[in-house]
Amino acid sequence: MTKTYYSQSHEYVSVEDGVATIGITHYAQSQLGDIVFVELPETGRGFKQGDEAAVVESVKAASEVYTPIAGETTEMNEDLAANPALANEDPEGAGWFFKQTITNEDELTKLMDRAQYDAFVKENQ
Amino acid sequence: MSEQNELKQTAFHDLHLEHGAKMVEFAGYSMPLYYEKGIKQEHLYCRETVGLFDVSHMGQAELIAENYETAARALEKIVPGDVLNLKPERLRYSVLLNEQGGIEDDLMITHRVQADGTHIVGLVVNAGRKSHDYAYISSYLPDEVDFKILDDRQLLALQGPDAEKIMAVWCGEAVGMPYMSEIDTNFFDVPCRVSRCGYTGEDGFELSLANEDASRVAKMLMSHPDVELIGLGARDSLRLEAGFCLYGHDIDTSITPIEADLSWIMNKRRRQEGGFLGDTVILNQVANSPSKRRVGLLPDGPAAPAREGAKLFNEQMQEIGVVTSGGFGPTIGGPVAMGYVTLPHDQLGTSIFVEVRGRKSLWRVTDLPFTPYRTYNAKRPTQH
Repeated sequence: MTKTYYSQSHEYVSVEDGVATIGITHYAQSQLGDIVFVELPETGRGFKQGDEAAVVESVKAASEVYTPIAGETTEMNEDLAANPALANEDPEGAGWFFKQTITNEDELTKLMDRAQYDAFVKENQ
Repeated sequence: MSEQNELKQTAFHDLHLEHGAKMVEFAGYSMPLYYEKGIKQEHLYCRETVGLFDVSHMGQAELIAENYETAARALEKIVPGDVLNLKPERLRYSVLLNEQGGIEDDLMITHRVQADGTHIVGLVVNAGRKSHDYAYISSYLPDEVDFKILDDRQLLALQGPDAEKIMAVWCGEAVGMPYMSEIDTNFFDVPCRVSRCGYTGEDGFELSLANEDASRVAKMLMSHPDVELIGLGARDSLRLEAGFCLYGHDIDTSITPIEADLSWIMNKRRRQEGGFLGDTVILNQVANSPSKRRVGLLPDGPAAPAREGAKLFNEQMQEIGVVTSGGFGPTIGGPVAMGYVTLPHDQLGTSIFVEVRGRKSLWRVTDLPFTPYRTYNAKRPTQH
């Protein structure tokens, strides 16, 4: 059973069997435009909640991707590094950024669920 | 929203909104950054077919005197190019200089022939510099030269390999116009000043129109199924691939045209005679070479795009320069950058390490443009 949480900086955390998969939301990719480059964290890197974990670049500009929860990187999406457009085409699927451990489950409860995130996006448009 | 309301709008504002433009503030104007297809697709479409740009925010002005020579001589005091011998109906790219030889703005200069047969000097300057330029130019003009601001006109750019084919539909006189020339003609039934030039490296035209006629011409052009609107985002990536300078980034008041690798804007006469602001500094750099120069940079393998401000290092890891424009070139399919390096690091093929987010990657000094010019009978690089 996968449960997905959303941050105010437009990242998602998908949790399955204690592993978190992190990427940017569909709304985030639509705001960035054509993604041409991603910089992903190396395996074994530790993060605190809100740390800058990755960078995503569109034609126009570079933007930071923050990890919504603390943990240690276990895998990066090599397919995304080779084909950054995946983050536009399937951001919440094949275009995931990296996987990490979950240091503190409580941090998840402070994030938004899908309905709350959709309302948040609508409010900020 | 109140801030948005204070922004100036061009005559094409409604057209931008109708086509789903993402509007942003640029030089005090509300301008389209991109439309529904996004910067990358707009860029590629312009290189493959043809794109329409609203560049009405740019400044159009004229120098009017008893004859062309008087106006041209006055302008030659502040620009290093040959204005005097510019043939009727021809354009030339140049820069406005200061006393230190720095660049106050870059601009297009035209030997304009008016309907009544009089010859004057026409100018197009950057949006972000136009009020500065108008005051600056006026302060250097003698009493016998009048400065006229054409703020009752709009400007469209039609750029791409199919530009002439599109112009042929409504404006047969544009067909076969030499590159860097201008004519007064009609676009269908609308009086229109057409020049063959651009800021993309592709063939193309610019159309100067009276405010009241402008949107009708844009609607005619947009009625052609091949014409797509292109925003400022792709305008920037197109000019970057073409190796053209962007004022305030690649050139500014502290950079000379020699450092900017624009020495070709001066002909033999102007080099010999001088007689322009900053001539001592500039001619000394021509004779003895400057201490730094603008170069093109391409990564030697996969690399993150290097943006403005990225530091440049030599093989000994000494800092030797900075990126002034950089990003992803959609036609190149990878990062492209321009920047300044100290000599002798400006030689083609020189290894340059570019620092992005603390990591250095190997790039090389590359010939500009990154994408070959495809302008109509183009002989030398030129701008706007």
